[in-house]
Order: sequence, then structure tokens, then C-alpha cells
Amino acid sequence: MAKRKRKLEVNQVGLTKDQYQGAESTLCKGCGHESISNQIVSIMHEMNVVPENIVKFSGIGCSSKSPTYFLGRSFGFNGLHGRMPSIATGAVFADHTLKALGFSGDGDTASIGMGQFKHVMRRNLPLVYIIENNGVYGLTKGQFSATADQGLELSKQGLNPYMPVDIVREALASNATFIARAFSGDVSQLREIIKAALSHEGIAVIDVISPCVSFNNEDDAHHSYSWGREHEVAIHDLAYVPPREEIEIDYDETSTKTVTMHDGSLIVLKKIKEGHDISSRVKAVNLLDEADEKGILLTGLFYINTQQENLVSIKNLPDEPLNRMTEERLRPSAEALTQVNNALF
Amino acid sequence: MPENKATTDGERQHEDNINDFSLTIGTVNGSGSQTSNLTLIRALFKMGIPVSGKNLYPSNIQGMPTWFTIRVNKRGHLGRAPQPDLVVAMCPESFEDDVALLPPGGVLISDDSIRKDVKRDDIIHYPLPVRKLVRGGDIPRSLTTYVSNMIYVGALAYILGIDQEMIRQALEFHFGGKEKPVRLNFQMVESTIDYCTENLQKIDPFRVEAMDATAGLKLISGNEAAALGAAFGGVQFVAWYPITPATGIADMLNYHLPILRKDPETGKNTFAVIQAEDELSAAGMVVGAGWGGLRAMTSTSGPGLSLMTEFASLAYFSETPLVVWDVQRVGPSTGLPTRTSQGDVLLAHYLGHGDTQNIVLFPGSPNECFQFGWQAFDLAERLQTPVYVLSDLDLGVNQWMTEPFEYPSTPMDRGKILWEEDLEQWKGKWGRYLDVDGDGIPYRTLPGNKHPESAWFARGTGHDEFARYTEDPDEWWKKMERLAVKYESSREMVPPPEIESDQKADIGLVGYGSADPAIQEARYLLEQEGISTHYLRLRAVPFTESVHQFVKDHSRLYVIEMNRDGQVHQLLSLDLPGEAEKLTSVAKLDGLPLSAVWLVEQIRNLEGQ
Repeated sequence: MAKRKRKLEVNQVGLTKDQYQGAESTLCKGCGHESISNQIVSIMHEMNVVPENIVKFSGIGCSSKSPTYFLGRSFGFNGLHGRMPSIATGAVFADHTLKALGFSGDGDTASIGMGQFKHVMRRNLPLVYIIENNGVYGLTKGQFSATADQGLELSKQGLNPYMPVDIVREALASNATFIARAFSGDVSQLREIIKAALSHEGIAVIDVISPCVSFNNEDDAHHSYSWGREHEVAIHDLAYVPPREEIEIDYDETSTKTVTMHDGSLIVLKKIKEGHDISSRVKAVNLLDEADEKGILLTGLFYINTQQENLVSIKNLPDEPLNRMTEERLRPSAEALTQVNNALF
Repeated sequence: MPENKATTDGERQHEDNINDFSLTIGTVNGSGSQTSNLTLIRALFKMGIPVSGKNLYPSNIQGMPTWFTIRVNKRGHLGRAPQPDLVVAMCPESFEDDVALLPPGGVLISDDSIRKDVKRDDIIHYPLPVRKLVRGGDIPRSLTTYVSNMIYVGALAYILGIDQEMIRQALEFHFGGKEKPVRLNFQMVESTIDYCTENLQKIDPFRVEAMDATAGLKLISGNEAAALGAAFGGVQFVAWYPITPATGIADMLNYHLPILRKDPETGKNTFAVIQAEDELSAAGMVVGAGWGGLRAMTSTSGPGLSLMTEFASLAYFSETPLVVWDVQRVGPSTGLPTRTSQGDVLLAHYLGHGDTQNIVLFPGSPNECFQFGWQAFDLAERLQTPVYVLSDLDLGVNQWMTEPFEYPSTPMDRGKILWEEDLEQWKGKWGRYLDVDGDGIPYRTLPGNKHPESAWFARGTGHDEFARYTEDPDEWWKKMERLAVKYESSREMVPPPEIESDQKADIGLVGYGSADPAIQEARYLLEQEGISTHYLRLRAVPFTESVHQFVKDHSRLYVIEMNRDGQVHQLLSLDLPGEAEKLTSVAKLDGLPLSAVWLVEQIRNLEGQ
């Protein structure tokens, strides 16, 4: 009964949590991606987001199916394998006042989509780019992905002889302006990271280790629930403080860092791991190397740069969405054409 | 072939040699000869003489031979002439081959420092002391290579009688009025004319005389015209990747949009242009933008179009409007990247996997590049589908005489879009893929619409009329049949053909795009031989009823195109299987623009004469 009551609770924009749901999921029971979908629904409800102000994008794969299962009242485009970033790039220009969320997987991003992944970061598209990373191709039934660990053994596939692609390192190398890793088995941290990402004005890359219960969830697999639960180490306690909300957090100047976002919200980092500085890419890489040596799953916000201008801003557009503009503002006058003609030889 | 018939331009019936000849200029590429070549055609154009210029260049930046051909023709026949009457040989590497191009009686103008013998005594030779003339001029050392190309401009001005004032005007235009380069270049022209006046005895018959045949016309490339057309079509989003010969469209959009398309209210941009990382991404971006409700376009050439295939399929099936300009070059593969072609017709028409039928437009002049530049958006948005505009290297890159651009004759057609107030009226009851009007064209909403019933989820997977995922066989078939209905609806929306049937004729010629000047000239030459023809210049696929009627009205039709397989011939034969026997393909592709001489030969032979 209590659960039902909470579902019907109306938020500040007059919506119940149900109204943030999507179609019924067809993913496997226990899929890590479900946990991410659930958090999206819950966060949007909690943050009083109008669903029509969100636009969703995805590529192809299990991860890319997930946007169907939340925010049914938001526009969305489930595009092509590895090409989510390009579709999002064009669509963001249609109405840049919308918040864009991209969903992709490790196959979709780190194999077929590596090129678009790299270039969308370079352009700093305002997009929350979530990679639901499980180390395998699920929809085609369990082939290794590029993020699969070397030495991973999968039934029918044998042993993976190749070294993995690390999405966080790729993002660090490509000048992404918000780079985090989360674990879908650690919901509280995941929530705070997603909320912080929503306040970021450029590209926010979140590599979420999201276990595939069907093909890659053996206890010793680095993308499994049990390995993640036993080996996750957060580089800090991350708390997101929305704009206009009073900060009620213990403040220890020495071990706490606060990042002010453009919308006035704060990211408060406490108990920061020694040696880390979220404005340093080099330090982030060092931490990752160290984590690999120790065999731990390091999560948290690795890097942030709130100063870099985003792609929409670079293009100097009016505040009004381009897709609302009518002929008077889009078609130059007949006099303008006369001038063009006169200027020709 | 009878001996007395015209076989080459060199032996053709010169009534006289005034305003009727062609000229080939061989230079080293990267040496700045383009300025000289453009100056020449612009000066001739300003003298009122019909002129065309075609660049035949290698896929290289510096150091290889490159050619520019100029055709001057008082009757306005400006297709490629297969043989030059005059050759300017400035490139040592191609010198012997260039000299060999000349017919007996032809004129050779050469740089006398090229140490190669001219072994022909049947031509007229004017050697020029290029080094001496350059040294005589007061030219900064760093500019000598560029300015020295003006020597052949000066020599031709003297030999042909080109108006010096027009040369000065052409230079002023070229350098945007910058005084110093105009002065340096013009001085070189003047000093060469002075040298020629004193030292060169003109003994050839070729010369120009001012006419008034170009009054009111403009010289412009198809690529620039396309960019301007798009600007007046309200283009809002452009994504592109560099590729010869389409890059000029993006370059010109980048040049003209910031001037033409500042928002009158805020002074900000009403457009965005993004250079993508490849053609896949460029296509993806325009799909995203088109879906979002922007007038979105990309420009590319054959290899890029191949890369866009998967997105083309998605756009067709998700019913996303966008415009793709394909400035065709020779394929398959990298092919002849700097040579012209009409080889992408079938690729563009069928682009995509599964059953796809795309709308294809064929501009035949820069003026039409401008027109289709805006009209393609109306068609794409009205029909919610990709529109492919097939230009080519010859039309896109070279300067063509054209009528001044005409302001769009119709208001923008944004198609069937539902905003908040529409959904209010419809009480929120609508389906993204419902055929409400029976024309196969559904309604769409755009992201940013705040009505709670507005959102839908676009996908490349099977979907029902409400855009919901389904694998239901009936739903799939219904969708594909509706897309076929929509395609039929487009038949009378696309630009109809231009038909010339002023006299009685059994023969119908069908052609399109940049083949037009050669076809026009061939009709004139055939008429001289007593072969009358009608001519249909195709401007779009699907074929309109008037195209069908033209085919039915003629007993023999020749479908003329610059490819090997007769691609439009194939489409016409498929569209009109009952008439297919009457259709003959006259197709050739060797990288050169079509010549009337070749075409006349083909049709004469096919007519058994």
C-alpha cells in the first residue's frame, strides 16, 4: 500500500511517478539496465522535470532499447548502431532548450560507434551520454565487446585474448567535459551522478557498469554484480544540491570540494580519494592505473570542466528554438536576392 | 561515316572565325592559373559573348598538368568542344601532348623557356618570352609564379582582341576590389600586350568581337547557386564532410549564410553548419535535425553517398525529411575524383536497404541549382522523406552563364506538422503514421511540443500507425504499402520536365543535368542534317505524367546520359515496360563532359544515316 501511495504522489509539476514511465520493458529480468531506467524515472519525478522538456536518443542494442521503457511523454529517437551521437547532434539544434539524454552500450559506443563517440565529445554537445556497459553483445547472444576484460571466458566464445577499451580513459583523452563511472548495483551514487550530469551544459559521459545477467554475470567477471559489489571503491562521496536549495552538509574544508554548475546547482564531493583533483585529467588516469593494479572498480566523477563552451553556444543561436521559426525569419527578402544577383559577375 | 560531315570541332563549318572557337590552356596545377582562366572567361562574358569554361584538373594540389578549356560560341552552344582551335602550352610535362591536340591551322601559344621542339609545321606558333616579361615587371618575388600566368591572358587579349577594360573589370571582381593584386596582374597583362604589339605578327584568323548575347546574365558555379538557393530556402542545419567536387557547396554556405541569415530580431544565426567527422555522421546529423523539424541538408559525392546508405534507409522508413546534394564524380570507388559523371542516379533513387524509392532531382543549370536549392526542402518536408539533388562536377564546379536567380515563387511548405494548438483541436488524438488524408502522407509533431500527447518515439524498427514497436506482419505490409502510395503522391509534386517540341518530329531525345548544352547543340547540328528531334529535359524521378506522355508520343527515343549503364534509360524502361522497346540508351562516361559532336555521331548512326 505504501508503495502504491508513493507512486501516486504528485510532484511540483503535477505529475505522478507513473507519468514518467514508458512502455513495458522487454529486457531480461535482473538486467543492470533496468536499474538505470528506474533511476531515470525516479530522478525526473523527484526533480520536477516536465517530460516534454527531455529528448531521448539511443543507438542499437539492449541498452538502446531501454529509452522506450521510461519517459513515455518525452520525444525519442532510437537510431542506428553506433550513430546515436550524430542523430542527437542534429536534433539538439532543433530545440536547444530541451535536455538531451543519450543511451548507448559498450558495443554501440566502444566498437561500431567509437568514431562518433570521440567526435561528439570533441564538440562538447550538450548531451548526457550514458553507456550501459556490460562487456558483451546481448541482443546477438553473448559475443565479446570491446570493453570485455582480457582473459574473460564466455561460453561459446572461449577466452578473450584482447586488451579492453576503457570508456573513461577514452573520454579523458577526447576532452569530454564531464566524465564519470558508476555501477548500476550502487543506485545511490548513480542517482547523484545522473543528477549532476543533468546540470552540466556540455557532454556528460557516464560509463555505467551494468551487468548482463544472461551472458556475463559470473562472479569473477568484471562486469558482474558480485564482482562490482565486492570491488567497487568510490573516489569520493558525491552529493548533488539542486539550485536554490540550502546546503545542509557537514563541511570539512580540507576534504570537501564544491563545483558550482551553470544553473546554480552544486556538486559536493566529500572524502575525496587522496591524490585526486577533478580538474586534472592526468590525475584521473593515474587513479585508473592504480585501480587496475589493485583490481578494484573505481567509480565517481573523474573529471569536470564547466568552462568549455558547448556546441550550441558556439553556433550563436537565438534563444528561441530553431524549429519554431517561421518563414519571415528564415527566408531572406527579395531585396536580399537582388543584392545577391547584383554582386554576381 | 561520310567524309563531308562534321567530325571534329576543328573541321566544323566555321562560318568565320569570329566568336566561334575553343581554347585549351595547359598549366601546372597549384601555380595560380585559375585566376587567369577565370579572368579570361569573365572578360569574354563581359564583352557580351557566350562563353563557357571547364576545368580539367588532376586529383592533386601542386605540380601536375592541369587544363582549362574555354568555348566561345556566338550561337550560345557551350558544351565541351572535343578539339581546341588554340592551345596555350605553359606546362612542360604535357607540352607535346598539348601541341598534338591542335588541328591543322590551329594556334599554339607557348612559354619559350620550355625546351621542347615543336615538330609541326601545320600550325601557327606564337612563343612568348615569359621569363623576360616577368623580369621586366615590377613584381614581388613571392608573387611571380602567380602573376606570370597573366602573360597568356595578355597574349590572348592581343591575339583575339579581348577588351582590356573587361579584363580589368574581371580582375577587380576576382580580387574583391583589392587594389594591389588588381594592379600587379593588370600591369602584367598590359606589358604583355605592349610586347606583342611590337614583336608578334598576328597571322591566325581567330578573334572576338563584342556582342550583346550575355546582357542580363550572370556567371556562376552550380555549387554556389545551390548554396544560395538553400539559403533562400531557409536551410537551418547543414552537416557535411569534405569531398571533391561537393565541398564548394559547404564552402559557399559558410560564406553566404552568415551574411544572409542573421535573425532579423536578435542578430543571431538562424542556421548551424557543422563539418562532420565523416559522411555517416553528416547523414546522422541531418536525420536528427530533419526529425527535429529543421530544414536540414548535406552535400556529398558518390563515395559519401555510399556511406550514407544506412541513414538513407532509416530516413525513408522513419519518414524524416532531409536534402542530400550529390555532386557526382566518376566512380566506382575513388574512380576519377576530379571528373564529371551522371553515374549515381540508380544509387540515389534506390539508396537504402529493403524496398526504397527516393525522390531525385536533376538541376540542369546554376539557375536550377538555385531553384532546387529551396524547392528540395519544400518537397522533403511535404513528403517527409529524403530528397536527393543530383548535380555533377561540371555543373557544380565550373562557371556557367545563367539567368539571375528568381525569388522563390511559393511560400515555404513545411508540410503536415501539428503544434500544441493543433493537438488541442484534435483533442490529442493523432497517430504519427496514420494516413488521415489518403495521400500516404501522415502528420508529425516535433520535439519541443509541450502538449502531453505530442511525443512519439522514432525508430528504424517495425512500427504501427502510432509509432509503437511491432513485428506484426499486417502492420509491416500496411506501412510499406502506404509508403508506396506516398511515392505515387509525389509524382505530380516534383518539377515537371522541360519539353522542346516546336516542330514535327518522330525522334524524342531525353536528357538531364549538365548534358543539356551538348544535347541542345546536337539538336541544332542534327537539324542541319535534316534530322529533327524533340527534347525532354528530365528534372526529377519519379517521372511525371508529362514524361510518360512524351515517351508515348514518339516512335524512337534516345536517352542520353553520362554513365555506362543508361541509368535513367533503365528507370524509364521499368516505369513504362510497354514502351521500353522504343527507348535506346545513348550513354557514355569517360570523365569528360558530353560533346555534341559525339552525340550527333551516335544518333546519326542509330538513325542509319
